[in-house]
Amino acid sequence: MSGFTGYIQLVYVLAASLFVVGLHLMNSPASARRGNQVSMTGMIIAGIATLTLLIHDGTVTVTGWIVLIAGSLIGASIGLYAARTVQMTAMPQLVSAFNSVGGGAAALVAIYGYYEAESHAAGVLGTTTVFTVLDVLIGSVTFSGSIIAAGKLQGFVPSQPIIFKGGRLLNVALAVVAVGAAAFLFTTASLPALLILVLAALAFGVMMVLPIGGADMPVVISLLNAFTGTAVAMAGFVIGNWALIVAGALVGASGSILTKLMADAMNRSLANIIIGGFGTGDTAAAIGGPVDAHVRSIAADDAAIQLAYASKVIIVPGYGLAAAQAQHGVAELAKVLEDHGVEVSYAIHPVAGRMPGHMNVLLAEANVPYPQLKEMDEINPEFARTDVALVIGANDVTNPAARRPGNEISGMPILDVDRAKAIIVVKRSMGHGYAGLENELYYDPKTSMYFSDAKKAMTELTAAVKTLVG
Amino acid sequence: MSTALLTDLTIFILALLVGIEVIGKVPATLHTPLMSATNAIHGIVLAGALLIGVTAHTVVGYILAFVACLFASANVVGGYVVTERMLKMFRKKTPQPELPEPELESLNGHKGLKGLLSKTGKAQS
Repeated sequence: MSGFTGYIQLVYVLAASLFVVGLHLMNSPASARRGNQVSMTGMIIAGIATLTLLIHDGTVTVTGWIVLIAGSLIGASIGLYAARTVQMTAMPQLVSAFNSVGGGAAALVAIYGYYEAESHAAGVLGTTTVFTVLDVLIGSVTFSGSIIAAGKLQGFVPSQPIIFKGGRLLNVALAVVAVGAAAFLFTTASLPALLILVLAALAFGVMMVLPIGGADMPVVISLLNAFTGTAVAMAGFVIGNWALIVAGALVGASGSILTKLMADAMNRSLANIIIGGFGTGDTAAAIGGPVDAHVRSIAADDAAIQLAYASKVIIVPGYGLAAAQAQHGVAELAKVLEDHGVEVSYAIHPVAGRMPGHMNVLLAEANVPYPQLKEMDEINPEFARTDVALVIGANDVTNPAARRPGNEISGMPILDVDRAKAIIVVKRSMGHGYAGLENELYYDPKTSMYFSDAKKAMTELTAAVKTLVG
Repeated sequence: MSTALLTDLTIFILALLVGIEVIGKVPATLHTPLMSATNAIHGIVLAGALLIGVTAHTVVGYILAFVACLFASANVVGGYVVTERMLKMFRKKTPQPELPEPELESLNGHKGLKGLLSKTGKAQS
C-alpha cells in the first residue's frame, strides 16, 4: 500500500464511521433525517476520496474518463428522477429497483475484475477467486430477483405464486450448474465458466422469487437488500477496499435483522417464505362478487353518524389505503373528527401494507403527526375502550381466526379490532386478503361493511361528518 | 493467508457485528426508511466501479465499467434522495401555520372549522 493510497483508505474509514453514526441516528424518528444526512455526507466524502485517488494515479485515459463520467451522470439522473417523481405508494418497488441495480453493479465489479485479470496474465486464482465467485453469485441473484420482486409489486409480473411443474428440478439443475462452474473456476481461470455462473445465478434469482406471493414481497426485498450488502462486501474483498467491505457488511447485517423482524411479525419462518408463499395478494378479481347475507352493509351517512358521536376512534389502515392513495383523505377525516372533539389514533400493524413502516410513511406524507401512529402492542389494549374501529383496506391483520390454530394465519399477531364496541370496514368488495382466507371480522354482528374505494369513501365520509357537525 | 486478507476479514466481521448492534434497536415506524437508507449505503459500490473502471482499455472493458457506474450511481443517488423524501415527512406537528387561537374563537364554530379545512385542503392539493 503506497503512502497516498493509505491516506485514502483512512478517509474511507472516516466515511464508513459516518455510515455507522448515520444508521445509529436512525433509531428514532426525531433524529432519523439527520442520520440519513450524516450517512450521505460519508458517501460524498467517499466519492471525493475516490476521485482524488483516480486523479492522483493519473492512469485514466480520456476515453476512460468519458465512460466513467457519462455512466455515473446518466445513472445519477435516472436515480434522481425516479426518486423525485415516484408516488409514495410505489416506494417499495422503487427500493427494490435500486437494490437490483446495486446488486448488478457489485456483480459487474467482480466480473470486470476477472475479465481484466484474465486478459492480462495467466489468470486469477487463490482467495480472490473465492470472493469473485461469491460476489458474482450473490450479486446476480439479487439483480434478477429484485427485478421480479419489483415487478410483482408494480403488477407487470403476476403477484400470485408462480409454480410450474419441474420448477424444483430446474432449481436443482441451476444449483448444480452454478456449483460446477464455481468449482471449475477454482482450478482454471476461465471467462466462459464465469459467464455460465452469471447466467445460472440470474436464472436462479428469477426462480427464487417467482413462487413467492405478493404478501411476502417485503420480506423478500429486505432479504435481497441484505444480499446486495454482502455482495458489495465481497466486491470490497476483490478490489481490497475497506469502504466497500465495511458498508457492505453493515447493510448485510442490518438487512438480515430487518428480514427476521418482518418474518417474525408475520409469524413465518424465512425458510417457509422462500420455499413457497401461501398468498396471492390479488383481490381485484373478486370485485363485485356476491355479498354474503350475514354481512351488514352500511352507507356513508350512517358511518358518519357512528364516527361523529364516538369519543374514541381508532383507524386501522392497510394496503387498500395505499392502493387507493387515500392517505390525504383519511388525514382530513381524522382532522374533522378531532376538531369535533373525537380522540383519533392509528393502529399500525408491523406488516400492514407492503413493507414494514409503509403505513407510517404514507400517513406522514399526509401530515399525520407520528405520535398518533401507535404500534400493535401499544394500541391493542385500547380497542376495548374504543367506540369505533375504522378499518381501511386492512384484511388479514385484523382476522380473529389468527387466534385459533389450524389455518394459514394461525398464530400471526393481529390487531384486536374485534374488541372495539363497533367496527366499520371500508373495503372494495368481499375479496380475500393475501392469505386467501375469509375474514371472520366481517361477519361479526358489531361490524358494518362500507363497500367503496378507500379514497372515495374518505371523501364521502368527510363530507357526511362535516354536514353532521357543521 | 496474507496479512491484507486477514485485515480485510477482521474488518468484515467487526463491521457485521456493528451492523447488528446499531440496527437492532430501530422501531418498526422507521423500517421502510431504514431499508431505503441501507439500500443507499450499499451504493458505495460506485467507488468500486470507478476504481476498477480506470484500468479499462478494451471495448468490453469500457462497456462493463460504463454499466457498473450507471447502476451504482442510480443506486446511490436514488437511494439517498428517496430516503430523504421519506424522512422529510416525519414530523411531530402539522407544519402549516395554524389559525391563531383567538381568531378561531371569535369565529362562529362551524365557519371556523370549515375555513380551516378548506385552507388545509388547498395547501395539500
